Amino acid sequence: MSSDIAAGAHERIDSFAPATVGPGILDQPAHVGAARKIGPVVLDVRNISLRFGGVKALTDISFDVREHEIRAIIGPNGAGKSSMLNCINGVYQPQEGSITLRGRTFRHMNSRQVAEMGIARTFQNLALFKGMSVLDNIMTGRNLRMKSNLLLQALRVGPAQREEIAHREVVERIIDFLEIQPWRKTPVGRLPYGLQKRVDLGRALAMEPQLLLLDEPMAGMNVEEKQDMSRFILDVNDEFGTTIVLIEHDMGVVMDLSDRVVVLDYGRKIGDGTPGEVRANEEVIRAYLGTSH
Amino acid sequence: MPSTFPRLLLEHARRRPDAPALREKDFGIWQALTWGQVAALVQDLAGGFAAAGMKRGQHVVVVGENRPRLYACMLAAQAIGAVPVPLYQDAVAAEFVFPLNNAEVEFAVLEDQEQVDKLVEIREQCPRLSHLWFDDPRGLRNYQVAGLASLDALIEAGRAFNAQHPGYVNGLIESAQPSDVAAMFFTSGTTGNPKGVVHTHASLIDRATAGRDFDHLSDREEVLAYLPPAWIGQNSFSYAQWLVCGYVVNCPESASTVSIDLKEIGPTYYFAPPRIFEGLLTSVMIRMEDASAAKRWLFHRCMDLARRVGPALMDRRPVGFADRALYALGNLLIYGPLRNTLGLSRVRVAYTAGEAIGPDLFTFYRAIGVNLKQLYGSTETAVFVCLQPDHQARPDTVGVPISGVEIRVDDGEVLVRSPGLLKEYYKNPTATAEVKTADGWYRTGDAGFLDEQGHLLIIDRAKDVGRIKGGPDDGAMFAPKYVENKLKFFPYIKEAVAFGDQRERVCAFLNIDFEAVSNWAEHRNLPYAGYADLAAKPEVLELMRECVEKVNADLAANERLAGSQISRFLVLHKELDADDGELTRTRKVRRGHIGQKYAVLVDALYEGRERQHIEKQVRFEDGRTGMVAADLRMQEARRFGREERKAA
Repeated sequence: MSSDIAAGAHERIDSFAPATVGPGILDQPAHVGAARKIGPVVLDVRNISLRFGGVKALTDISFDVREHEIRAIIGPNGAGKSSMLNCINGVYQPQEGSITLRGRTFRHMNSRQVAEMGIARTFQNLALFKGMSVLDNIMTGRNLRMKSNLLLQALRVGPAQREEIAHREVVERIIDFLEIQPWRKTPVGRLPYGLQKRVDLGRALAMEPQLLLLDEPMAGMNVEEKQDMSRFILDVNDEFGTTIVLIEHDMGVVMDLSDRVVVLDYGRKIGDGTPGEVRANEEVIRAYLGTSH
Repeated sequence: MPSTFPRLLLEHARRRPDAPALREKDFGIWQALTWGQVAALVQDLAGGFAAAGMKRGQHVVVVGENRPRLYACMLAAQAIGAVPVPLYQDAVAAEFVFPLNNAEVEFAVLEDQEQVDKLVEIREQCPRLSHLWFDDPRGLRNYQVAGLASLDALIEAGRAFNAQHPGYVNGLIESAQPSDVAAMFFTSGTTGNPKGVVHTHASLIDRATAGRDFDHLSDREEVLAYLPPAWIGQNSFSYAQWLVCGYVVNCPESASTVSIDLKEIGPTYYFAPPRIFEGLLTSVMIRMEDASAAKRWLFHRCMDLARRVGPALMDRRPVGFADRALYALGNLLIYGPLRNTLGLSRVRVAYTAGEAIGPDLFTFYRAIGVNLKQLYGSTETAVFVCLQPDHQARPDTVGVPISGVEIRVDDGEVLVRSPGLLKEYYKNPTATAEVKTADGWYRTGDAGFLDEQGHLLIIDRAKDVGRIKGGPDDGAMFAPKYVENKLKFFPYIKEAVAFGDQRERVCAFLNIDFEAVSNWAEHRNLPYAGYADLAAKPEVLELMRECVEKVNADLAANERLAGSQISRFLVLHKELDADDGELTRTRKVRRGHIGQKYAVLVDALYEGRERQHIEKQVRFEDGRTGMVAADLRMQEARRFGREERKAA
């Protein structure tokens, strides 16, 4: 009898587990256990305001990102999503507010410093080197971690060669992870768009980031490519424990992938919560669908 | 050479422990396992199997691509005395249910998450299944499945077991007999449930040895293992003959990198079914069409010469001095680089089998200096029955019986007797009795005969050869496969299904070859929205008609087959697919099943209708289903009469 009770209690705990982890993995088959543990806040964005002359791109935006979670930023066109990402990324310098990354608060930082702090990103409009091979493109992601000097690298001798071998190994693991082995030596410009997006993700992963910013990773993709990319995003999050902030237009994808969602509209935050909460938020519905008066 | 596979492995490990045995491309680098390492790995795995309670005679399914550790698992199972049962890695989950229950399988070795998912899906239907081991842990970290463990864990358990029970595994290897069952292969079967073909160590090793001696294979050969290991052909080349000859087997990085890996390895002993050779040729031809005019001219001039001179040189027939000199020049400019591009520059012996190969295709490879030959055999005969000797390869025969093989033709059907015949169909004495006669002959079910030079000729499956009934061609022979093969020899046609037995005339379904036809369409600025749209374009239908009429003209030239000319045909809106049960896993068309499934279309062809709407369920790769509908137009084809035949 007592064992029955214990079993029942166990079941209850199990059934609670997914809800605390977030609905992102609710579509997993039953035999897959919940593994990700959402940790403490790693990125805290406080009262960010960004103006371009008289245009207010962002007004008083605050939200946080917790360790190992997938955080989505959504909103209609011109809502300020990419601007928000560019602030985190150090491309734009917000006039007001602060960004705290792992306890370090900063107001002004350039993109190199951001990269050194373990933040990598992909781009809405691909920024790959079209004439270079997949391998070389991903290798550029290792740039920050290369220590030997230019001359040694050019001559490929001694420590530079050992270093290149070590970096190549990391790159090969990424190629394996993203299943792009057949195109290792193919110039990126000759690949279909969906694969180029994968290479872009690969280059960001080559930095071994702690925080990965994805700017519309599924834009312009067909359904199959979207499924593949969704799978890779979940895998990156799961296998490497990388925290992910993503901007996406496709609501279905956002709702399935993310643990929590921030909704922006005209540079203001109008919603923040789990996909379920956001979906029920009237202001969000109004922003997306409009209201009849 | 009476032995067992594990003993052969130990012998190699003793004689040349540091010679490479298996190579696998991983993270972009070819990584070798030596014979010594393979033997140690097998020892550990076998210990792990024993620790998990695996007993002599039990079955272990192995599902996955060609991976060194999966091959090692087969050897480890055999070391214990258990029977490895390789299954097709691209089969949908439901197809595993029958073999698993039929063979009472408790143990499964799986390549990756994909295969684990499939077995988990059917687990309730296969209650005996208790242990599942996986090779690649990706995506499986959070799985909570009873009995699921990694091969790494199995190896660890094996080491612990072997430390406690030293000599246990070796004792089992020593006590095994060549007459013990070595492996079971499920035949894809065109009708009914698959049948488990049981082979002993003796039968598999005998045939592998006969094949080795016939082609003088040594331990210096390089082989690329890229076809499903569940298919006995791949199993012979990369397992049985690997252990008999001691050569190196190379496992490609992934299924999609095979052509790159082929080029890097440059195998010396190569096997491919005709469709692979055809795919290679098609890709060359497509690239040639995009080449500059000068290059195209040179290519075609050289290929004309090669077709005339190359096969003669291969067969050591007399060739004039001028032709020899020109061929040498062509070899320098075109043939050599082409062989290199195809990854065939080091090939000493290449085989094709499984389907009839088009004469043009066969000649092409021999013309550019690839020693391509045909062989005849099946799962039941452990592959090696007839092989073509060097310098005697012909597109229409399948070679001479090799040592140990006797051939007899009984009422048109080919019968075989050899030491490599199956022991039985597993738990199916009726089926065994149907194919094995009391005096040890195996009924192949193939219609054929031996020609004057002692070469075997295969026409069709004996049961498929039919008769035309009624109409002007009443009583004429109808050999559907012969007609289908003729159609499929065109690069634009991927699959064909001919109907005509007990009917007045012959009608056919066609599948376009998407790669070839889409390229053809691009060159004609023909826009299309996808497979179905392209297949329905009037221009494409016209192209298909040209192909069909060429086949008709060809058939008309043969008095006996003139009645098999195609009068009407249609182009299907979807590719025939093994997932929908339309092809077998080895891509043979299941004519009867297709005839039933698309009965509406068959009727439309015979009733003379012009259009027909069709809506059918299809199964996607992940096992889900969906509906596909199309409006198909029936096509008339010109048949060639007696006068035209004479003119031709």
